[in-house]
Order: sequence, then C-alpha cells, then structure tokens
Amino acid sequence: MDIVVCVKRVPLTEEVDLVIDAQKKGVKKDQLAFVLNDWDNYAIEEAILLKEKHGGTVTAITVGNEDDEEVLRRCLAMGADRAIRVEAGDMSRFDSFGIVKILSQVVKDLPYDLVFTGVLADDDSYGMVGMMMAEELNLNHSSMVTAIELEDGKVRTTSELEGGLGEVSVVDLPALITIQTGINEPRYVSILGIRKAAKKELKVMDLAELGVSDGELAPRAIIEEVYLPPETEGAQILTGDPDKIAGDLVEILTKKGVME
Amino acid sequence: MSDIFVIVEHRLGEIRDITFEMLWKAGELAENLSHSVSAVLLGHEVSSIAEDLSDRADQIIIYDDERLKNFSADLYKEIIAGLIEETKPPLILIGSTSWGMELAPCLSIKTGLPLATDCIDILSENGRFIAQRQMYNGKIFANVSFAETSGCLFTIRSGVFPKDKIGDRQAQKIQKGFPLIDIKPGKTFVEFVETAAGDVDITQAELLVSVGRGIGEEENIALIKELAEALNGVVSCSRPIVDKNWLPKYLQVGTSGKSVTPKVYIAIGISGAFQHMAGTNGAGTIIAVNKDPKAPIFRTAHYGIVDDLFKIVPVLKDKVLEAKKG
Ligand SMILES: Cc1cc2nc3c(=O)[nH]c(=O)nc-3n(C[C@H](O)[C@H](O)[C@H](O)COP(=O)(O)OP(=O)(O)OC[C@H]3O[C@@H](n4cnc5c(N)ncnc54)[C@H](O)[C@@H]3O)c2cc1C
Ligand SMILES: Nc1ncnc2c1ncn2[C@@H]1O[C@H](COP(=O)(O)O)[C@@H](O)[C@H]1O
Repeated sequence: MDIVVCVKRVPLTEEVDLVIDAQKKGVKKDQLAFVLNDWDNYAIEEAILLKEKHGGTVTAITVGNEDDEEVLRRCLAMGADRAIRVEAGDMSRFDSFGIVKILSQVVKDLPYDLVFTGVLADDDSYGMVGMMMAEELNLNHSSMVTAIELEDGKVRTTSELEGGLGEVSVVDLPALITIQTGINEPRYVSILGIRKAAKKELKVMDLAELGVSDGELAPRAIIEEVYLPPETEGAQILTGDPDKIAGDLVEILTKKGVME
Repeated sequence: MSDIFVIVEHRLGEIRDITFEMLWKAGELAENLSHSVSAVLLGHEVSSIAEDLSDRADQIIIYDDERLKNFSADLYKEIIAGLIEETKPPLILIGSTSWGMELAPCLSIKTGLPLATDCIDILSENGRFIAQRQMYNGKIFANVSFAETSGCLFTIRSGVFPKDKIGDRQAQKIQKGFPLIDIKPGKTFVEFVETAAGDVDITQAELLVSVGRGIGEEENIALIKELAEALNGVVSCSRPIVDKNWLPKYLQVGTSGKSVTPKVYIAIGISGAFQHMAGTNGAGTIIAVNKDPKAPIFRTAHYGIVDDLFKIVPVLKDKVLEAKKG
C-alpha cells in the first residue's frame, strides 16, 4: 500500500490581531507562528497507521517555500518514508487550481494506491484542493472521511454528512480521499524524533523540473480584496475582576430563568 | 435571458434547507439582473420534490433515474457538466455541504469553470459575479472575482440566506433522459449510519455549558462538569473535544453534531467557527468566555467575557452555589 499525503503549513491565528497587507490581498505573516494544518496531521497519521498494518510506503508532499519544510520533517518524524517539497516561488500568484496542477504533476509519477489530502486548510478554508486533484488525476474518490478500511483492491470509507449522519461507501483503488479530523489520534512528535528524521529523504523539485509553466497555472479565481469583518453589534462585554464578572453572570442567568 | 442554476440537494426524500436558501439568493439575483432561475434536480422518483420547488424556480430540469437513487458525485458531475456545456449558465450554485464539497471541485476541473467555495454572499458588479467568503476561521473576509469565462461555480454556506420564497414563479418542468449509458461510478453507496445516542440528549437541555479547545487538557474538563453540575445544566462541546476523544460525539454541537435550543448557552474556550455556531442558532442567550477579544464568537454571542477561563470558571461556580444556597 503506497500512500501519498499532501500537507500544508498554516499560521496559527488564535489570539493574534491579523494585519492586512498593503496590497489588501492577504494578511501579514512575518509575526505569525506556523503549524501543520490540523486536517493534514490526521491525514498523515492515517497513512502511517495503514502502512503499519499493511506495509508499503508513505510520501508527504508540500508546495511551498523552504520554511514549509518544517512540516515535512514533522511528517517524516511521525513515520513517513520520504518527503517532497515543490519550490514554487511566490505562492500568492496561484489559486487552488494552480496548486492542484502542481501537486498532480508530482503525484502522477509516484507509485500510489491512495492519495490523501485534508478536507480543508485552516488558513484559506477553501476545501477544494483534494477533490480537484481527484478529477485532475481521474481518480476515484471519497470525501470528508472519518473511517477507512482496506478490502481487496478496494477501500471502505465513512464520509461525514451533516447532523452526525455517516455515509458508508466502497471505492475501487487507486483513490483519492480527503481526511476529516477525528479519524484517529495523531501521535506525539518529539524534537528528538524530528532531529532523527533529518536522515530521511527530503527532495526539492522546481516547476521547470515538473514541466509546468506559469501560463498553465494562471489563476481562475482572484482575490480582489481582503478586509476585517464588518462591525456588528456584537456581544455586550462584561468587565471587572472575576468576582464582579461572576456576580453579573449569576444575575443574567437568574433573569433568563435558568438558576433553579 | 440566461439562467442561474441551483443544484437541488435532497436526502431520503426530503429537500434540504440549503436548496431553499440558494433558490432565495438565485431569485434575488435573477430579479436584479433579469435572469431566470433553474433548479436542477437529480434523483429517483423525485416528482414530489419537484412539486415542492415549483413556485421557487422558472424551470426545473429533472433527471429521474434508478441510478440516481443515491447521491453520486461521479454521476452528478457527468450529468451537470453535460448540461452546462449545452446551456452555458452564467452562475451555478451548489451547497457547501458534504456532498457539495465533493461535487463542486470535480465539476470545476471537468468544466474548466472557476469555483469559489463556502460563500456567504454573491455580489454582482457590471455583469460579473463576485464571491464574498471568509478565511482564517472568520477573522478575515475576502472578495473573490473570476477570470473571464462563460460561467462560474459557487458553493454556498448553509444558513446565510433565508429559506423563504422570493418573487412569483411558476416552474416549467423539463424531464431529461439519463444521458450516459456506460459510466460506472468509482464509488458505491453502502448505507447511512447514525451517531450512537448517549445517556443525555443535548437537544432537550435548557442550559448548556459547552467546552472547546481552549480547555487545553483533558483533565480540565472536570472544571466544566463541576460548573454544569452547580447550574443543573448539561455539558456539551465543540468538535475538537470529540476529535480528541475527551467527550463523546453525542455531546457535539454544530453542523456535524447537533443543533441545540437551550435558553442559555455558555461557550467556554470556543472560538465560534460557523460550523459550531450553526448548531446554536436556536439558543436564547449565548454567553462566551474567551481570552481572545477578536474571537469570532463575540460577534454572535449576547454576552462576552474576555478573560482566561481558568480565572472565571471556578469563581463563577462558587458564586452559583452561593446564590443557590441563599
Ligand atoms: C465539515 C466540517 C464540519 C465541522 N463540524 C463542526 C461541528 O459540528 N462542531 C464544531 O464545533 N466544529 C465543527 N467543525 C470544526 C470547526 O471548523 C472548528 O475547527 C471548531 O469548531 C473549533 O473548535 P473550538 O472553538 O473548540 O477550537 P478553536 O477554534 O481552537 O478555539 C479555541 C478558543 O479557545 C480560546 N482559548 C484558549 N485558551 C483559553 C483560555 N485559557 N481561556 C479562555 N479562552 C481560551 C482561544 O482564544 C480560541 O478562541 C467542522 C469543520 C468542518 C470542516
Ligand atoms: N500548498 C499545498 N501543498 C500541499 N498540499 C496542499 C497545499 N494546499 C492545500 N493542500 C492540501 O489540500 C487540502 C485542502 O486545502 P484547501 O483546498 O486549500 O482548503 C489541505 O488539507 C492539504 O492536504
């Protein structure tokens, strides 16, 4: 079972005031901390679990700059066999379609039975790279998957629908699957583990090597402008020390009739 | 006059709300732009569904076939791509739902039409459509436009448009034959499975104390349980808490969990992602405790406390117990 997993490094945005860049096309990223996209963490874990059970290889791929290698090293430390980074220069010139073209160009020459992506990237929240790639590579697919079982030449998946409903399907291999959070419990990675994994192969490729030109990657969707959310009335903020706040809260709860 | 297409989503014989919401928006745009609205309905034995849509579209294009009994992104993609090729609609709306998120990107690649996902509004400027959507967990908004093409695909977030009827429409029903004889989908439907029910039903609770990733560690959940107990309320949670197996799935609030209707919903360490908040629309009063003043939850909550939950929760519990005694 050879599995390719597409992973992305994304900024943490909790408790930060995001600042819009001068062109109003994105946010300033130089002050932000980055992590492996949550969905991709589950995807790489799932690939490694399948490998541990059925043998084979796991390859992690990212399209990004040198700093993004950090998440590939993390994948290697978790148990991936090798990693590939595509150096694509200024990423802001691509839309998802461009990323899909690049990823597909790498994946098509690799041996694989399964390709995993996350359902969603935490930064842009597009949720489209996975299924676009399935179509681009003409692969069978299943999306938003919360359980995977291998059967002879097939894979049985549970896709998450709304309201807690699951949809069980059988998909012929090879296939592309988008992984939803909660499918497993991603393992812990230590600094030492990451250091040890430095010996594993991390290959860097560029667009020329892949034979894709900027012309083919021209975006179809263009971000015109990004902006902070429009002001709403919002919550009434309770202020003071915890004692005062707790007192006010008790009053509100009493008024709303839930203190009995 | 060109058509705005709405791909009808239905499940187990019922039209899903997102379909009505998209038809509302399509109707509004159609009125302003003198377009017409076409509902595209794929399924098997769908005449009653078509009937329920007949005053919301100008046309219902129906593909009724045994092979469309269950949703199949593969079959939908082929059929809708064919229809797009034939009619060149300027705008196609699909639900940003589990099924729509599988279908729309495939359709975008297949047809070459650009796609904007999870849109919260559609603006029209000089005959071009612009998508309004959110990024970074709702902390940033973005307007997205498209390269010059014959049409564009939008997936629409659930719950952002009204479900109401808009305008006066009398749909003409157009039955189409199943156009492809030899396509074999790579994915076969087996069954639907429900989340196992638990010993409490959060949809019935009057007061929910809901915990999110801000709680940090599994053992800290005890704090939330104690507060809920003091209040005679029920504990619920956001998705990451279930993903980590700290609480069972039947306590999850949100699109992939439950929709709840308590008098009061106390959200502790929850950022307020729309997938979570979608489950709280029926709550009377929402109180949020979060140390990030920019957390999106403060946009929808009624009362907010911007502070460390570990400072607030224990004091609140004591105050509650005190008040109940006195
Ligand atoms: C298809 C799909 C379906 C989904 N369905 C659901 C669903 O049904 N329900 C759901 O909840 N999510 C769902 N999600 C996930 C959703 O997008 C969010 O990722 C999730 O709701 C975030 O949960 P959270 O708010 O607990 O965590 P986070 O977004 O990580 O927020 C944690 C918050 O805690 C705050 N915090 C941290 N420490 C403290 C402290 N000491 N004191 C006070 N505050 C603190 C932080 O400021 C932050 O705002 C779904 C996602 C997808 C893609
Ligand atoms: N630059 C990238 N490199 C590798 N994989 C990516 C990249 N961008 C997105 N992906 C994959 O596509 C998934 C969905 O991303 P998106 O469609 O951007 O929300 C992610 O979870 C990743 O698996």
